[in-house]
Amino acid sequence: MNSTIRNIYLIAMKDMKAYYFKPPNISWGILFPLVFILAFYLKSPMEFSHLIPGLLALSLLFSTTSMEAIVITFERMTGALERLLLYPVSVTTILAGKISGGAVFGITVTFVFLSGLIIIFPFHIKDTLLFFVSVIISSFTFSALGAFVSVSVKQVFEAQTLSNLFRFPMIFLSGLFIPVNSLPSIIKPIAYLMPLTYTIDCMKLAFGYEYQIMHPVLNLAVLIVFAFIFLLLSVKILKGRMS
Amino acid sequence: MDTVTVKELKKSYNTFPAIDGISFSIRQGEVFGLLGPNGAGKTTTIRILSGLTRPLSGTATIMGYDVVSNPVKVKRSIGVVPETSNLYPELTCTDNLVFAGRLYGMSAKNVKAKADELLHLFGLQEKSDVLFGKLSSGMKRKLTMAAALIHDPPVLFLDEPTTGLDVMSARALREVIQSLKDRGITILLTTHYIEEADRLCDRIAIIVKGKIVTIDTPDALKKSVKTEKAIDIKISHFPYFIEKDFLNITTAIKYEKIEDGFRFFINDIDTFLVEISAFIQEKGLIIEAINTVAPSLEDAFVEITGLKKEAMVQEKGSIK
Repeated sequence: MNSTIRNIYLIAMKDMKAYYFKPPNISWGILFPLVFILAFYLKSPMEFSHLIPGLLALSLLFSTTSMEAIVITFERMTGALERLLLYPVSVTTILAGKISGGAVFGITVTFVFLSGLIIIFPFHIKDTLLFFVSVIISSFTFSALGAFVSVSVKQVFEAQTLSNLFRFPMIFLSGLFIPVNSLPSIIKPIAYLMPLTYTIDCMKLAFGYEYQIMHPVLNLAVLIVFAFIFLLLSVKILKGRMS
Repeated sequence: MDTVTVKELKKSYNTFPAIDGISFSIRQGEVFGLLGPNGAGKTTTIRILSGLTRPLSGTATIMGYDVVSNPVKVKRSIGVVPETSNLYPELTCTDNLVFAGRLYGMSAKNVKAKADELLHLFGLQEKSDVLFGKLSSGMKRKLTMAAALIHDPPVLFLDEPTTGLDVMSARALREVIQSLKDRGITILLTTHYIEEADRLCDRIAIIVKGKIVTIDTPDALKKSVKTEKAIDIKISHFPYFIEKDFLNITTAIKYEKIEDGFRFFINDIDTFLVEISAFIQEKGLIIEAINTVAPSLEDAFVEITGLKKEAMVQEKGSIK
């Protein structure tokens, strides 16, 4: 168990050292959420503070999934992922390491944005613990989603494109702009299948708004279940591709 | 004692049989070569033995551990140098080696010392802080080999180690392989360079279209070639008008002009040497060099496989 955790840590650290500043990571993982935040501020500065929890969740989603597209798809292209498979570590450990690296990247980007927003629009987080726990758990879930997408394709641009198929609908259906409870009943089930929905619900509560879907503990539990499902699916796909 | 044992190993990609029931074993400390054209199944064999690909059927064990049921133990026992130098371009030479060693469970202190030792062994100590991506092809190959040795594996797999390298880098790498052999490491080497296999391997398996055609020592393979005996003679300042007199040498079946002299095809060396000596003396000539012509491993390969030697340099997927 100790060696597994150590190997996860080593792989995550290596990824962070090697890939944090790769161009697709900067464009999709940092610049895109930043532009998104600026665009919504310029559109309606007075109502902007209501959007902050959702926009932070969005930056977490984009930064983590972008990092996974690099650390998995790029390494598959160069053969470096295969090199990892030569070491005495399991496929699950390798992917857990890559997901952890992506999660740390997402958390870092989100906290940089949070710091900037706090400086520009002084606000305070009502439930700091819930906010931190939500960010940490969501980062792993989104990163696992990014891993699932990345093991399924061959090129980095394919990973980014396929990720957008998941990411863009989430922007509009996860309760960022329109509360999930106000969505047409035919669309609601789709919103419930999106992990961002549960993150935004928790984040809004942490910022002092009412939760819409369920108690935050249940929201976090759903996010953890999502993370494990994405991890297991990624492992299955990668093993299948190996054999 | 056999370190690597492969029995009736099969692997297909879709319906194409990449390897078709190959069997061989490698003794401890032996350098064993898999020699064959591109697409013969060499890399597939290494991938299966490394735990990267599952075989369709058959068994393979390394140091007694089955590659399918005990992959972690197998991976601890082997070092693999894949066909492409696939370390991390964004990490320095030292960081690449340290990362590899740490994944084998080595302590931070031990892995740093071992990394320094290997950088020195491969002549890369000056490059320790240089990014892997900034190295030349030859240096990348050396560092990839160093990474494979970081945990002192008893078995090393080298997949086409000198392909794509310039002459000097290839020669330097062959010297390193020779030194690893001297250290008692068991080496499985795949190559399509016949001369490389001849120079480095204790035994060679010739593999064509997924099947092993023969396994033997380079010398035994050469001896198995049915060629006429021949002797090359270089004569200084040879007056070519007397060339027709060679026809009078009765112990030579025939002769032909070669780049720097003449090649005589003969039945018996002793009687030919007596006659040619008398001929040389009679004509007042001086022999500059005399060599018996032995069949090369290339001759053996061509005779055993029925392939032309050019088949060895064809690109992957083009072998028919």
